Amino acid sequence: MFGFRARPGAPPPSRSGAPPGDGPADLRVDGLQVRYGRAVTALDDVSLTVPAGGVVALLGSNGAGKTTLLRAVSGTLRLYRGGVTAGTVTYGDRSLDGTDPVAAVRAGVVQVPEGRRVFGGMTVDENLRAGGLGRVRRDADGGNAAARERVYGLFPRLAERTGQRAGLLSGGEQQMLAIGRALMAWPRLLLLDEPSLGLAPLMVERIAEVVREIHAQGTSVLLVEQNAAMALALADHAYVLEVGRVGLSGPAEELSRSDEVGRLYLGEGVRAG
Amino acid sequence: MNQVLDILINGLALGSVYALVALGFVIIFKASGVMNFAQGSMLLFGGYLTAVLHEHIGFLAALAVGVLATAVLAGAVDRLLLRGLDPSQHHILTILTIGVDILIVTELARRIGGDLLSLGDPWGNEVVALGGVTVPVSRIACIVVSVLVIGAVFAAFRYSSWGLSLRAAAEDREAAALMGIPLSRIRTLAWCLAGALAALAALFLTAFPAPGLERTTGQIALKAFPAAILGGMTSPPGALVGSLLIGVTEALAAGYQSELSGFGRGLGDVAPYLVMITVLLIRPHGLLGTKEAVRV
Ligand SMILES: Nc1ncnc2c1ncn2[C@@H]1O[C@H](COP(=O)(O)OP(=O)(O)O)[C@@H](O)[C@H]1O
Ligand SMILES: [Mg+2]
Repeated sequence: MFGFRARPGAPPPSRSGAPPGDGPADLRVDGLQVRYGRAVTALDDVSLTVPAGGVVALLGSNGAGKTTLLRAVSGTLRLYRGGVTAGTVTYGDRSLDGTDPVAAVRAGVVQVPEGRRVFGGMTVDENLRAGGLGRVRRDADGGNAAARERVYGLFPRLAERTGQRAGLLSGGEQQMLAIGRALMAWPRLLLLDEPSLGLAPLMVERIAEVVREIHAQGTSVLLVEQNAAMALALADHAYVLEVGRVGLSGPAEELSRSDEVGRLYLGEGVRAG
Repeated sequence: MNQVLDILINGLALGSVYALVALGFVIIFKASGVMNFAQGSMLLFGGYLTAVLHEHIGFLAALAVGVLATAVLAGAVDRLLLRGLDPSQHHILTILTIGVDILIVTELARRIGGDLLSLGDPWGNEVVALGGVTVPVSRIACIVVSVLVIGAVFAAFRYSSWGLSLRAAAEDREAAALMGIPLSRIRTLAWCLAGALAALAALFLTAFPAPGLERTTGQIALKAFPAAILGGMTSPPGALVGSLLIGVTEALAAGYQSELSGFGRGLGDVAPYLVMITVLLIRPHGLLGTKEAVRV
């Protein structure tokens, strides 16, 4: 797959942590409609693109459908009795039909779910090992060791706690672990679902730095946030979901200056009023 | 003193047979949230195959076929019956396994009738003297093989990719799926392993001094079940401790009733439930069970 096999002599992944093999590709969501059961249409005619090497923010208030969009990309809708009823999701030349999380990870698309969801009863190290289980070339050169080195490089704090049970980490450390766990699969596109949720401002700042660094290492990022200030500062491009539809979209800089986003998501209206 | 040693060896042998079956319960429960009530029929199936095959292809080959075929049968139950159903409907799936159990046991009971089948094990009724007591070689084989097999299962659980996947999926299905872990494959493998363990248990359960395989042999599962529950249901070490506890208790009860025929009768039969109820009264989550790990 990806022509990895054809290059047995390929050099190990570089220290910088760039994913081996193919670089990022474009994620295209086109005319997507998602339903839960028969009654709830959570997304309707949603289109967006995460260009290769880009950072895209997806904003929207609670219940807008942000998480649903990530589930459609990652293929976990079925766990919620949901499904794609119209439209397509493609990553590069692969079609992701919303029902196969294994295929998404193999394609290089890895999600960090909302609320961290680390394996609380397992150690930090086991969490990271689990993150590497779905990687395509698991046993190839570098493998887990190289991925782990990258993660510990980004999160030295985790390196000090390898044997500790993940459930005993602080909220910020758990978020780091959740991101680190996803990086173990060498994603080409990282999907982050509200990584700043419930974290202290300093920790939010730290997470933002890490996202910037991961991006600089060659991974594209789709960042879902309610914290629009943080997301717009990181992203090149942003979309705003409003009850299942794309309301606004445009370059992040432009959006952060727009009145509507300012009023709705940056809390400026509240401050001004 | 000799009687105590005798009872202890009996209890350990019995406990390790329970442990093989109870581990199967725990593994399936962790992988799919289902209490597999068909475990007893799996055991009977594996034992029956070994019994009818050993005269033709030899004991070891017959045992191998019995173990593998039972693994396949268990995997098939998962793939064919449970897979299409909503995995979150645990109670429905659990009841379905009762149906599977009845089907398989009915057919096997029809074939076995009133017979007592030998599985053709090489130990026969040999005994050895050990510290002043005579111990059937089959009991020693039972303990040794169980220790090796259970040790291997524990190691796989802790270190193998399958074990890690299973533990991850048991904690959080969605998060595990997001790691690209193939949940349904991991689950089917868990069923296969539980089936294989049950078939192996059939061998030691029916070896001397037990009379052989009968159509009711699968009911042993009803004793391994409390062992798994008192161990916490999701904890393999808990299942082991629970099984040994119940095995020894049962041997004690049987021993002091001077009814040492086979694997205990009379009071020995209720002992597992007495132990389970006592433990659960003191520790509602079982010996090594935990409440869900609290997430911050
Ligand atoms: N499992 C589900 N079953 C039914 N409706 C759901 C389910 N999950 C989410 N929804 C609905 O879909 C809509 C979008 O939810 P979600 O994607 O979680 O939004 P967000 O992540 O933006 O807060 C909401 O109206 C929500 O109630
Ligand atoms: Mg959400």
